[in-house]
Amino acid sequence: MDQIQKTLLEEIAGLHEVPAGAYNIRANGKSVSRNTTANIDIVTKEDKQGIDIIIKPGTKKESVHIPVVLSQSGLTEMVYNDFYVGDDCDVTIIAGCGIHNGGDEMSKHDGIHSFFIGKNSHVRYVEKHYGSGDGKGKRIMNPETVVEVGENSFMEMETVQIRGVDSTKRRTSAALADGAKIVITERLMTHGSQNAESYFKVDLNGAGSSANLISRSVAKEDSTQLFFSEINGNNQCAGHSECDAIIMDNAKIGAVPKITANHLEAALIHEAAIGKIAGEQITKLMTLGLTEAEAEEQIVNGFLR
Amino acid sequence: MLELINLSFQVPEQSNAKKEIIKSVNLQLKDHTFTAITGPNGGGKSTLAKLIMGMEKPTGGQIIWNGQDITDLDVTERAKLGISFAFQQPVRFKGIKVKDLITLAAGEKLSTASACEYLSKVGLCARDYINRDVDGSLSGGELKRIEIATIIARNTPLSVFDEPEAGIDLWSFSNLIKVFEAMHEKRENSLIIISHQERILSIADEIVVLADGAVKAQGAREDILPELLGGTTGCKYYQQEEGTRC
Ligand SMILES: Nc1ncnc2c1ncn2[C@@H]1O[C@H](COP(=O)(O)OP(=O)(O)OP(=O)(O)O)[C@@H](O)[C@H]1O
Ligand SMILES: [Mg+2]
Repeated sequence: MDQIQKTLLEEIAGLHEVPAGAYNIRANGKSVSRNTTANIDIVTKEDKQGIDIIIKPGTKKESVHIPVVLSQSGLTEMVYNDFYVGDDCDVTIIAGCGIHNGGDEMSKHDGIHSFFIGKNSHVRYVEKHYGSGDGKGKRIMNPETVVEVGENSFMEMETVQIRGVDSTKRRTSAALADGAKIVITERLMTHGSQNAESYFKVDLNGAGSSANLISRSVAKEDSTQLFFSEINGNNQCAGHSECDAIIMDNAKIGAVPKITANHLEAALIHEAAIGKIAGEQITKLMTLGLTEAEAEEQIVNGFLR
Repeated sequence: MLELINLSFQVPEQSNAKKEIIKSVNLQLKDHTFTAITGPNGGGKSTLAKLIMGMEKPTGGQIIWNGQDITDLDVTERAKLGISFAFQQPVRFKGIKVKDLITLAAGEKLSTASACEYLSKVGLCARDYINRDVDGSLSGGELKRIEIATIIARNTPLSVFDEPEAGIDLWSFSNLIKVFEAMHEKRENSLIIISHQERILSIADEIVVLADGAVKAQGAREDILPELLGGTTGCKYYQQEEGTRC
């Protein structure tokens, strides 16, 4: 791995060296290193690009890292990763994609991550997206996440995209069985002329299932963002989504919430707020000696934390 | 020393008329003194404090701080010259933690222990608060105390507090008084406290009565306080002029 790839790896997965536990590192379209454990197997797909990650029932306190880095300008790829998580597991999965584009051609990573989670399991899934490089070539990422959460299982999903991705269309859909729970937190910042779209669809199919979807985003300069969320309450369930956005400069932000109750005992809430940074917040930090620009930076960093 | 010279603040009203909120105020606040500003609601106290901090621009007059004309300086510049302001209604933030705010106020990296010390001074059990967001989940009184803690952390030559007692419960109020007494004890910095509370007025060196945008009285506490508290017909400074009654 070269230095650029190492830097990308650090940005998206916090990795300085080879991670503990299972991992598969993909660089410029190829798997470059892999480790499996007694409980976690990683198998290359035969029919298309991607891997199957198979986690045995009862696997506890283990982690899987599957970072992807692209440093070759002009590379485009489409990758399928499938996660099979058995019953009674407690695992952390760190994914993420870093693109460095120093050339003039477009670099693009499209990925579909599918999760099949058994019963009584807890999965924490963290996904970071990051772009760098000063070439004219665009850095594009279109991640799709499809989740089936089994009975009484809990999926925690955190997605972060703070810098350098020119265009992203992110799709996340989840179907929940009885007693299943999902919490999705999204942090997004766009700048320059970037464009980001996020689509969330959650089907609360099981009795006692619940979903909490929290999106915080900041759009700066000429960037645009669009946020769609759809929660369907098909049983006795609780769904909550919250979209909170700060708009700056000439940016544009849209939020399209949809909540549908198909059952009398479905309790669904949507909150959405878009607005500029409150002037009094900036003033308050200025009274502590910060300049206006420093105050804005503090407020934005805190908001996206 | 802080000097206000013919300081005025007007806001435009409908039909070209102007509303005068601060009317040619002249004040001299000596170094190392504790000045209480009091007066009726709507008298212009908060506006005067905002003019001192630079949050509002005066429409006339000057503000001199230690001999320097700061009338045209912005909020940041005044903060850097050593002026602090505790808001009457503290601001809430999403995602900024109590510790962050105190650290920003102190202007240097703080250990959790020393950040906690400031919170303890305002009677908050630091452990419970230090990592909380300064957002809508804090009660009004908690927020107010955190605001005061940030000003203590700043420790600047001039601190202006706008109704620090508002929303603070009775028990903590005695402690709050102690906080101000302690701040004033060393006579190193100057304090301006806007207040309606007799107990705060009674520990001040000087009292200014501001009503209807103008200074109605100014002087040593011993001279002003009895006048403010005396009489059953109400205080003469608070009486409205004939004809201004709605
Ligand atoms: N920007 C503004 N535009 C219009 N009116 C204003 C503005 N700022 C202040 N005022 C008015 O000026 C008057 C003085 O307000 P200020 O907040 O300074 O009073 P105060 O003495 O602090 O009152 P209180 O004791 O209630 O806090 C009020 O009548 C208020 O409505
Ligand atoms: Mg006021």
